[in-house]
Amino acid sequence: MSVIFLAKRLVHSVFVLLGLSIVIFLIARIVPGDPVRLAVGARAPQWVVDNMREHMHLNEPLHIQYGYWLRDALQGDFGISLVTRRGVAKDIREFLPATFELALYSLFISVTGALSFGIISARYKDRWADNVIRIFSYLGVVTPSFVFAIIFLLIFAFVLDWLPAIGRLSNGLTLPPRVTGMVTIDALLIGDFNVFWDAFKHIIMPALSLAMGSMAQEARITRASMADNLTKDYIASARALGVSESLVMRRFLLKPSLIPTVSILGLDFAAGMGNAFLVELIFNWPGLSRYGMNAMLSKDLNAISAVILTFGVVFVVVNICVDIVVGQLDPRIRLSTAKGD
Amino acid sequence: MSISSQSDLVSAEISPHEFSQLWRASRRESLGRAWYKFSRNPLSLIGAGTVLFVIILAVFAPYIAPYPEHVKPFTDFANASNPPSSSHWFGTDEIGRDILSRIIFGYRFSLTMGLVVLSIVVPVGVFLGLVAGYFQHTWFDTIIMRITDIFLAVPPLILALSVASILERNLLNSMLAVCLTWWPWYTRLVYGITTGLRNEFFVTSAEITGASKFHILFREILPNCISPVFTKMSLDMGWVIIIGASLSFVGLGVQPPNPDLGTMVAAGRRYLPDEWWMSVFPALAIVLVVLGFNLFGDGLRDLFAAENS
Amino acid sequence: MVNKAPLLEIKNLRVHYKVYGGVLKVLDGVNLTVYPGEKVGLVGETGCGKTTTMKTALAILPVPPGVVVGGEILYKGRNLLAMSPRQLSNVRGREMTMIFQDPMAALNPVFNVEQQFTPVLKHAAKNHLSNKEIHAQAVLALQDVALADPERLLQAYPIQLSGGMRQRVCIGMALATRPQLLIADEPGTALDVTIQAQVLRLLNNLVDRLNTSIILITHSLGVVYETVDRLYVMYAGNIVEVAPTRKLFSNPLHPYSQGLMDAVPKLSGGGISQGISGRIPDYSHPPAGCRFHTRCSHVMEICRHQKPPEFEVEEGHKVACYLYGPKNQEAAV
Repeated sequence: MSVIFLAKRLVHSVFVLLGLSIVIFLIARIVPGDPVRLAVGARAPQWVVDNMREHMHLNEPLHIQYGYWLRDALQGDFGISLVTRRGVAKDIREFLPATFELALYSLFISVTGALSFGIISARYKDRWADNVIRIFSYLGVVTPSFVFAIIFLLIFAFVLDWLPAIGRLSNGLTLPPRVTGMVTIDALLIGDFNVFWDAFKHIIMPALSLAMGSMAQEARITRASMADNLTKDYIASARALGVSESLVMRRFLLKPSLIPTVSILGLDFAAGMGNAFLVELIFNWPGLSRYGMNAMLSKDLNAISAVILTFGVVFVVVNICVDIVVGQLDPRIRLSTAKGD
Repeated sequence: MSISSQSDLVSAEISPHEFSQLWRASRRESLGRAWYKFSRNPLSLIGAGTVLFVIILAVFAPYIAPYPEHVKPFTDFANASNPPSSSHWFGTDEIGRDILSRIIFGYRFSLTMGLVVLSIVVPVGVFLGLVAGYFQHTWFDTIIMRITDIFLAVPPLILALSVASILERNLLNSMLAVCLTWWPWYTRLVYGITTGLRNEFFVTSAEITGASKFHILFREILPNCISPVFTKMSLDMGWVIIIGASLSFVGLGVQPPNPDLGTMVAAGRRYLPDEWWMSVFPALAIVLVVLGFNLFGDGLRDLFAAENS
Repeated sequence: MVNKAPLLEIKNLRVHYKVYGGVLKVLDGVNLTVYPGEKVGLVGETGCGKTTTMKTALAILPVPPGVVVGGEILYKGRNLLAMSPRQLSNVRGREMTMIFQDPMAALNPVFNVEQQFTPVLKHAAKNHLSNKEIHAQAVLALQDVALADPERLLQAYPIQLSGGMRQRVCIGMALATRPQLLIADEPGTALDVTIQAQVLRLLNNLVDRLNTSIILITHSLGVVYETVDRLYVMYAGNIVEVAPTRKLFSNPLHPYSQGLMDAVPKLSGGGISQGISGRIPDYSHPPAGCRFHTRCSHVMEICRHQKPPEFEVEEGHKVACYLYGPKNQEAAV
């Protein structure tokens, strides 16, 4: 991957994020009702409101207000959250790792699941294994993740009683000292397998609920691209030249077939971030999405703006990573972008 | 096949009128083939059947639902939390309302959501995509596509949730919120097609003969966008219904006692696992309608692919 | 040549494609023989089953949709269609191999040239060679096909090579294993004419030097006239005529071969030929009897009902047409 390409991509991303900050700012300002009243409450005296207006620069023209807002945001100051009564930036630092942990598990489940099912499906195309996988992946694509969450909750937590229904750690266990903020990893770092196992059981259902949709989607894409590439001349050519069937499958078919799967990871990740808002709420998972959801339910504008912007940054970073991986897999993209457009 | 029929057309001396007749006939023939293909694919037919079924349920809800009065403010504590039975196929909720009746009426909200959102988003998105694509590398293009990028930089559900959260909570505002997140996808789709077509022979020849920009955009380029846009619309009906249900699930959309499917799942969630029917049946109802639109959309995609080949 | 045992013998091969809504009866009893060191040409219209025949011979026909319904393919007397995958892999590459029509599609776009060479050479060497020796062999193979700077070329991806270079790489890869039989499917057709000529000349010189047998599939009659010893003419899944090349050019017997020869523009005047009217039949409902009868100007009653057998008109010159059957011998001439 060429440096020029990456640099261009970064610059573009910075502009997109700046644009996003304008959109967020405007949305937060067009909110019906007085933001000051929202912030200080209905019974606060008028002089408090006036002081607050002055403090929030609300008497200035809109673009000046944006300037102040952006300056503060760039310094990591998003104001005070109305719900937690703490700095929003501090809240984000506290809640982000839980969501990140959930995303990692979910990504792992969806990618390994999608590749295994997609490859089995393509390998046994039109046989019963393929048909079963195809039916389930179709259902997986059309089922919203909050429905998966409720079905898993019903089956694994209530009927079978295998997994804990909500939260991140059982009562009576203490959180390991915070290093990464991800409980399963922090527990492993201090060698506390008891806590690790408990935390692991807590993360399975939310991670699985989030993973199902993208797993199904990627399995379908992997199957389709493998089936498509199987008819390509270069596969026939490799066979004609005597390359063994297992090598043809493992190398010459798999690598080109992975490109479409990886390419849509970015979109799937975006869908997952959105769905996390519902899934974290259902499983009472103490992550940034639940924080954001609660902020939305109580019209906590500072927190909402900061959460959207954070997810915007994450999405941009994920997309750049996806581009880099695709470039590594596909020399056609790597070499054509190296020359510049 | 196509080569020989083309050469037939070229070699024979024919008037433009005859040509257009022949062209229409061949188009009819290929549409016929495509329909044949669509109707031979059982999955597409199941999809079309499901969509039709749901539409009929929604339109004739007052006549189909066994207890239409359960949709309005209603309580019947004597029959509260009844499991599925012959009189209440899907059981009753915590205040005795028939779940099946509420699901049937719930489809009205889902379909309204999908239809209204798409009928706003598609014209806007398509128009912006056409303009930006045709005037590629001008400031039209730059402004429209940069704004599109910005809206695509946030996962759609997050943007919809946050917009819905600061507005008053009702169906209209949740539709507005979804609209705000959905137009860029159509802009990007049509932009891609238009930039691919603007240097094609039929566009440049229209330009040379002095056709108006309006004519070129809407008569020459737009018809080429119809098939992909229709396919995407059918698939998007499902996704918009999911987003709508997600908004009402967290309480940012249709408000109780209105019977929205997402609201019902959320309300029933509190009674898991003993009164599982309160949330599971509305959840399955969502899956059913989304599945229908997806199968139908996939069928359409194959149909248009067959038509183009 | 006649005394030698055949290298490859395709007997009455019948292949169908099962597709959505029907069966395409593509190959309808193909017979073809190649002797060691011989150069054989196979001509016919696009879609007449040339590539299907050869893909079946190497067992690389995609199954499904392809199904071998009957016949056998003998390589040095052993039936390839009955071989286990392991036995087959001993034949492919080491004994018999194929180069494809479109060099853009025949090279894997996501691996560099060396990554594609290595497994081929390793397989041919039965994994006895070190990586260094494999690399040296790959360099040699590229020098064989007159490519400059092989070291750098080995690190290149297909997208970085021109069409002609890719075709040379394909040829180099196919011949690097020193197979006894090379099937060349319209080599260079996808390239422009001057490069195509260069590539063909190179291929011809190489197989001469290595004494490789070759089956050259093409629809360019000019190419076969210069290169091959014997020529098979194929129509709609049947071999309709076979003869030594010069003989077939000077005295084509089958009405289809005659049409084919007529279609070649000649420098010595005569204007543009009429060619053959009509096109290849629909394989899902091929014509009964001789598959060519719908386009044939000499059609007789029997052609509509009964498939013509091969009649040996002279030694080495066979034709599948009732015009040359015992009864019609005199009438036709």
